[in-house]
Amino acid sequence: MRLFRDASYSFLSGRRRAYMLSLSLIAIGVGSVAIHRGLNAGVEFTGGTMLQVQFSEPTNVAELRDVLNAAGITGEQIQPLRSGGGDAEEYLFRVPTDDEAGLEGVREQVTAGLAARFGDAGFEVRQAEAIGPKVGDELQTKATLAILLSFLLTLIYLAFRFEWRFGFAAVIATMHDLLITIGFISIMNIEISLATVAALLTIIGYSLNDTIVVFDRVRENLKKKRKEGYEATLDRSINETLPRTVLTSGTTLTALVALFVLGGGVIRPFALVLILGIVVGTYSSIFVASPALLEIHRAVRRRAGRAAHAAG
Amino acid sequence: MFATVKWRLVWIGLLVLLCGWALLPKEDADGNTVPALKLGLDLQGGMHLEVEVDMTQAPPDADLDDAVDRTLTTLRNRIDQFGVEEPTIQRAGDRIIVELAGIDDPDRAKSIVEQSAFMEFKIITDGQALIAQLDRMDRAIVAAVGVENLRSTQLETQIDLGEVLGAIDSAASITSQDTTAAAPGPGGGTPDSAVRQVAPDSSTPGAAPQGAVPQHSADSAAQDSVTDATLRPLTGMLAAGRVPGEFLVALQDQPTVVAWLDLPEVQALIPRDVTLHWGVEEVPAGGSTFLPLYVLEAEPLITGDELADAGPANRDPTFNQPIVPFETTRRGARIFERGTAQNVNNYMAIVLDNRVQSYAVIRSVLSRRAQIELSPGASFQEAQDLALVLRAGALPLPIRIAAEYTVGASLGEDSIRQGRTAFIVGVAGVVVLVIAYYRVAGVIAVGALSIYVILMLGGLAGLEANLTLPGIAGLILSIGMAVDANVLIFERIREELDAGKTPRTAVDAGFGNALSAIVDANLTTLITGIILFQFGTGPVRGFAVTLCIGILASFFSAIYVTRTLFTIYLNRRGSNESVSI
Repeated sequence: MRLFRDASYSFLSGRRRAYMLSLSLIAIGVGSVAIHRGLNAGVEFTGGTMLQVQFSEPTNVAELRDVLNAAGITGEQIQPLRSGGGDAEEYLFRVPTDDEAGLEGVREQVTAGLAARFGDAGFEVRQAEAIGPKVGDELQTKATLAILLSFLLTLIYLAFRFEWRFGFAAVIATMHDLLITIGFISIMNIEISLATVAALLTIIGYSLNDTIVVFDRVRENLKKKRKEGYEATLDRSINETLPRTVLTSGTTLTALVALFVLGGGVIRPFALVLILGIVVGTYSSIFVASPALLEIHRAVRRRAGRAAHAAG
Repeated sequence: MFATVKWRLVWIGLLVLLCGWALLPKEDADGNTVPALKLGLDLQGGMHLEVEVDMTQAPPDADLDDAVDRTLTTLRNRIDQFGVEEPTIQRAGDRIIVELAGIDDPDRAKSIVEQSAFMEFKIITDGQALIAQLDRMDRAIVAAVGVENLRSTQLETQIDLGEVLGAIDSAASITSQDTTAAAPGPGGGTPDSAVRQVAPDSSTPGAAPQGAVPQHSADSAAQDSVTDATLRPLTGMLAAGRVPGEFLVALQDQPTVVAWLDLPEVQALIPRDVTLHWGVEEVPAGGSTFLPLYVLEAEPLITGDELADAGPANRDPTFNQPIVPFETTRRGARIFERGTAQNVNNYMAIVLDNRVQSYAVIRSVLSRRAQIELSPGASFQEAQDLALVLRAGALPLPIRIAAEYTVGASLGEDSIRQGRTAFIVGVAGVVVLVIAYYRVAGVIAVGALSIYVILMLGGLAGLEANLTLPGIAGLILSIGMAVDANVLIFERIREELDAGKTPRTAVDAGFGNALSAIVDANLTTLITGIILFQFGTGPVRGFAVTLCIGILASFFSAIYVTRTLFTIYLNRRGSNESVSI
């Protein structure tokens, strides 16, 4: 089987449409973040208590909310772990806390409330997490630093391996993927947990990976000094690597879909973020990275031309 | 050519054997077989605690670094005695991370970690020192809190208290008539109780110099609550206890009293030579529940520092109450003897972490061996845990749990099952896709991929990394990505074949040209993995480790294994056959 044999699509000629699409996706994401007043940060980052509870009988959010409020809990979030909205048997409770002292006892309060309503045998706490706000702040700083640092290091690596403009274009493409994925996270109201941050970092890695394969070919084709313009060389490189781009995305997505469908409730948001990231990363390595390279190339040439003109 | 292939196969075979060996179950020091791939907390069930030393209660010249180290040692002692398999107790900055895998009672483990276990023996005073100051304290509270606030918060409790005081009086008179059914103090009620050689106060609390004074204070409180309660806020909430120096506070009033006693104005009025301590035992009387407040001598007879050994816990033979025997040091014994000799017939309280655990009357001089009797509601397990923490020593400073993570074993089992299914289905999907697309070359890639999986699991076992749920996700993801290197190579070979090269040249050129892309792509992902490892904790670290090992293993499997298998395929193929790719 062979897909895209001798493909010669003109990807770059449609780049303005791609810009529009990317910008609108980013705008929708930013809008969603603004409407939600920031991202839905998990207790790891805000400080607070998380409980994953399995009930022996299906129950619903409204009932659980009553139980928790009666137990003196406020500001709680209740999320069923099986999709579908109606009654479910497994729920996640999150109770934010903003002072160190408030951390103690929330879990006991919740379990006491649940025991009063469902009986000791009616539910099981399968997982619990209590994070002080100080630890939360630290984790937040760490996560942000991790993302920034991975950008910086790859930029340095690419500048060293390629030319600086390749590194620059690759970072633009990766930022693009990150922004769209964050927008998607906001729209789907997926919680930002440590796993989500891990997913974002993986997307950065994957997106760079994809872009680098194309750029590697661009570099090779530029060396061959064919009698064709920069734009045509870029298009040729994208087309030549197209089968690989599609197949690798295909195999990775296959693995991720299996994870999404079968991996269980806790891993599902993680898999979903990765699936979207891979799709966007594949798109950006074709429609964002190379166009960015072209724009940088032209800007540099224009400036060089002006400088030459001024000098002459 | 053939010789090189042979050697390559030998190398691959050796590496696979090495990984296979790393994956064999091992025997630990105790001769138990443990699986080579350790499961992380999230898969096995267990508890992760991040503990901080509470420096707010430290003397100003305390050294945090030293306090953390000493806390670490104490916690390690305690957990060793608690008997958890392979606990992780390590310092991370100013925090201590405690990981206990596979424990079935996280609350108990947590309380063993959290208890300061600071033990003191103190004499219960007659309470006069406090009673003499009550008037001034009341006035200080009124001044600090304001009359209006007191009126609004206190009105109902004042009325309740009047009735309750009556109930306590009658209870006291019953006990004085019926000594055997006495409502004993926490340490009381047993003939050989609270402290061995110390006879209990079974001779009835009523018969003790259960002072006219507390009685008086109770009376005056009752009157005050009728006449001008708001001017006597503290006195109004105190009722006479069962022994002198013990006062009872209704459970619902306790937080209020704690807050009032914390006022600096009130603190200043507490005489220097006494301290106030709450008891742990809840005392029922007149349909309400009370918490005792004790007026103790500030200077302890002896502290836990002089403890040489404690436990094992057992039960009082007569009354079946849990008791913890202990032994003091030689020096401690001398101090103890001297102290108790001066206080025969006085009451002595056993104070643990600032709360009075139990008390008893001192009948004779105490020396090296004695025992602590727990309050009547305590379970045998609590006694065992108390013996454990006393043996392991007190914490230098109180600690605070900054973060806590517990996973039940059933969730871990579910996660493993789901992870395994997702793994099998994901891999099967990738295999079908690759073979359908590349035919024989696809089969070669799958062969390389299976060696990749063995290398990866062997690497995880060899590095003693824990397999976590995000780790399994990383594994599945990296399989999808491991195919990438093969895809890059195969696409190159196809291009070279299209360009009219002979199969052998095309394969050589394909591998050669794909190399730079593979190196660049893998290295950038490796950078991300290393950063993740550096910044992540727990499960995320598991993901990062899997990702990094995955990248190295996939690099090897694509460049070396695929190449070898491909060469074998080319050698066996008939000379006129085309390459199936």
